[in-house]
Amino acid sequence: MKSSLAEVFPKTHSGIEGLDEITGGGLPKGRPTLVCGSAGCGKTLMGVQFLVKGITDYDEPGVFISFEETTKDLTTNVQSLGFDLNKLIADKKLRIDNVHIEKTEIEETGEYDLEGLFIRLGYAIDQIGAKRVVLDTIESLFGGMDNATLLRSELKRLFQWLKDRGVTAIITGERGENSLTRQGLEEYVSDCVILLDFRVIDQIATRRLRIVKYRGSTHGTNEYPFLIDEFGISVLPITSLKLEHRTSSEILSYGFAGFDKLFKGKGFFRGNSTLVTGTAGTSKTILASYFALGSCQRKEKVLFFSFEESPDQLIRNMDSVGIRFKPFIKSGMLQIHSSRPSLSGLEMHLLVIHKLISQHKPKTVIIDPISSLITVGNNSEVRAMLVRLMDLLKVNQINAFFTALTHPYLDEHYDFTVDAVSSLADTWIQLSNNTSDSNRSRKLLIVKSRGMGHSNEINEFSISEKGIKLKQ
Amino acid sequence: MPKEMWELRLYIAGQTPKSVLALKNITKYCEEHLAGKYSIEIIDLLKSPQLAEGDQIFAIPTLVRKFPEPLRKIIGDLSNEEKVLVGLNIRPIKV
Repeated sequence: MKSSLAEVFPKTHSGIEGLDEITGGGLPKGRPTLVCGSAGCGKTLMGVQFLVKGITDYDEPGVFISFEETTKDLTTNVQSLGFDLNKLIADKKLRIDNVHIEKTEIEETGEYDLEGLFIRLGYAIDQIGAKRVVLDTIESLFGGMDNATLLRSELKRLFQWLKDRGVTAIITGERGENSLTRQGLEEYVSDCVILLDFRVIDQIATRRLRIVKYRGSTHGTNEYPFLIDEFGISVLPITSLKLEHRTSSEILSYGFAGFDKLFKGKGFFRGNSTLVTGTAGTSKTILASYFALGSCQRKEKVLFFSFEESPDQLIRNMDSVGIRFKPFIKSGMLQIHSSRPSLSGLEMHLLVIHKLISQHKPKTVIIDPISSLITVGNNSEVRAMLVRLMDLLKVNQINAFFTALTHPYLDEHYDFTVDAVSSLADTWIQLSNNTSDSNRSRKLLIVKSRGMGHSNEINEFSISEKGIKLKQ
Repeated sequence: MPKEMWELRLYIAGQTPKSVLALKNITKYCEEHLAGKYSIEIIDLLKSPQLAEGDQIFAIPTLVRKFPEPLRKIIGDLSNEEKVLVGLNIRPIKV
């Protein structure tokens, strides 16, 4: 059944990370797709990336017909994203034709058609054997010419012509007041329509993408956040809604022996997620660092997201309790990634995490603290993001370690962070400080650990320059 | 005194009725107003598609006034004489 469906609706890889997952394989092969959105939402870039990746990753030459930017401007604009258009043009894999319409030098009299445009496009396609075409933004024609009725029928003919040529095309359109595009192009390009959106919520800019329609194919219907960074566009799909990831019964160490002992199996299952909660100064980061160290010692890569300390600061601080990170950083075993949580939206953080994970392929991921991410978004968003993150880690069998800061005067069960994360985490460890008389004692309690017997006592521990030590 | 030459170019795509009409029309106007001092070059884009980009041709037929400058374009079958003459900036010879 599946294979016959694929034959009926063949798809072309979009070259945009994440988009193929939402569309179940890519854009409709040999048919035009309409990408619409307001100015500055990334339409042109999406088109360029579709062509460039088509050439570099799938060996499909492409033609870019630009109605707005000149070839030079376009080339310069996308250079910062690592796309070298000049080279692709020189290699005869890419052609850019700038259709420039100067209204002041044109007069219309009598009947005409857009055969000239067809010929130019056809010539460009034939020259390099193009399989992909981008028309950006064809609606500019309406600004340069008076006869809108004629233009409409010619565009309809153009889209049919593109289909007949069998090229996979992206046609961009400017967002209209009451319709998807100003000129209602969605009526003609009806196979696949993608809407891009750019908005600012709570002073944080987020880009979103939605598949408005995709004829003959199932597709994700949500709004998906997307990111434009130095590698182009990537879309963040919900990795999976089903709970069907593989589980492992391999047991790994938390990084220090005393702690492993608290668990019946002397450690944790591979792919486990651990949550450590506690108020300020309960040594959450130290536990996280041990976790990182344990992974490094197993020669398994670690990605450490530090949202409160810079890499240098973290290295120095951990040095003071006897955890030496430097050699592992040198060997590439440990990557510390620091950024301010408020710098970008929640989804952007998730996207960055997503990307770094796919780049570095770590076996262990630490997020310290996850609570600072949570302050960025609203509750339902946070929950959705955490589910996606957990999914991503589970699917890849990555050991996860999250710390969360709790409020000293608030019951942990009412704390939103804890509430959101604790049900998703497999193991939950609570840390607390007790001050009595002239003395402070550190306490540790394992609240839960799925599929693993564990200590039910409140364990006391101490921290010195030699490291962490559990009191027997 | 050097004679001022009018250099015109007509872009067509095959012998379509619109193209044939356009050529007929422009020849007629030129004979009336620019007799002896014009040239019309006909470019069939079906035969030489590579020439479309240079003059920024997208509509067919398109008449381009290469000279005198500035460059002017008139698209369509050129059936409205007045519009063509204004568009090309041809002043009818005063009687």
